[in-house]
Amino acid sequence: MTFSGEFLAFMGIALVAIIGGVLLLNLTKVVHMVVALIFTFVAIAGIYVLLSAEFVAAVQILIYSGAITIIMLFGIMLTKHDDENEPKTGKWRKILVFLGIVGFAFAVYIGIYNFNIEQVSTALHENNTMQIGKALYSKYIIPFELTSVLLLAALVGSIILAKNEKKGADNE
Amino acid sequence: MSSVPASAFLALALILFCIGLYGALTKRNTVIVLISIELMLNAVNINLVTFSKYGMAPSITGQVFALFAISVAAAEAAVGLAILISLYRTKKTVNIDEMDTMKN
Repeated sequence: MTFSGEFLAFMGIALVAIIGGVLLLNLTKVVHMVVALIFTFVAIAGIYVLLSAEFVAAVQILIYSGAITIIMLFGIMLTKHDDENEPKTGKWRKILVFLGIVGFAFAVYIGIYNFNIEQVSTALHENNTMQIGKALYSKYIIPFELTSVLLLAALVGSIILAKNEKKGADNE
Repeated sequence: MSSVPASAFLALALILFCIGLYGALTKRNTVIVLISIELMLNAVNINLVTFSKYGMAPSITGQVFALFAISVAAAEAAVGLAILISLYRTKKTVNIDEMDTMKN
């Protein structure tokens, strides 16, 4: 295996992503966990750049490390967040879950170990955004419009769910 | 040609998926469980984008599908958080093992 620049970049980015995930599991304060996960999301955007998907990388930074992290921080701030996340979960349950996940990871790793298909040269990196736009507005136009309906339904549904019902009854 | 093999990307996605699964199954705070599920969805997106470059017939379709998955994940996060806040208003807790109203 040659240590080219691309390989070194992949190793660095993967290390940052995994460290962010491990910090999510090990930190005690809830806000710190969410902030640790921002590193993982940004590192995944770097992985997308390595895979010549620049537009998906930009969307990843905008949606995940921007919107979803902020909305999760709002969720923490609006609920009870002063107590530390003390481990009241049973020790046996943690061990069992860990063993199950290790078994799952091993089974999948056998599948992807030595997975190699011949690389075909691609033109994905040339005008990436234009290619995505053409595909989105010609071949995938119906799923694209259905996504807007889904987002509208999520918007209305979350407003209805989070609305304070007493105030709503007073206004009506 | 790329010097990083496809299996490296798949292994990274597998590790992130396992971290997310462990967090979703063991953490007590509901917000952390939600964000662990987001991490699992992200790992799946890495697989989609990887196969859009390294697959037998590489094309832009994998990236378009990853975009759809991201938008659905964002909608899911918003609805999940709304459910969490209305649940907090009635039960005054965010611990996931105290939300057992349907158990009896």
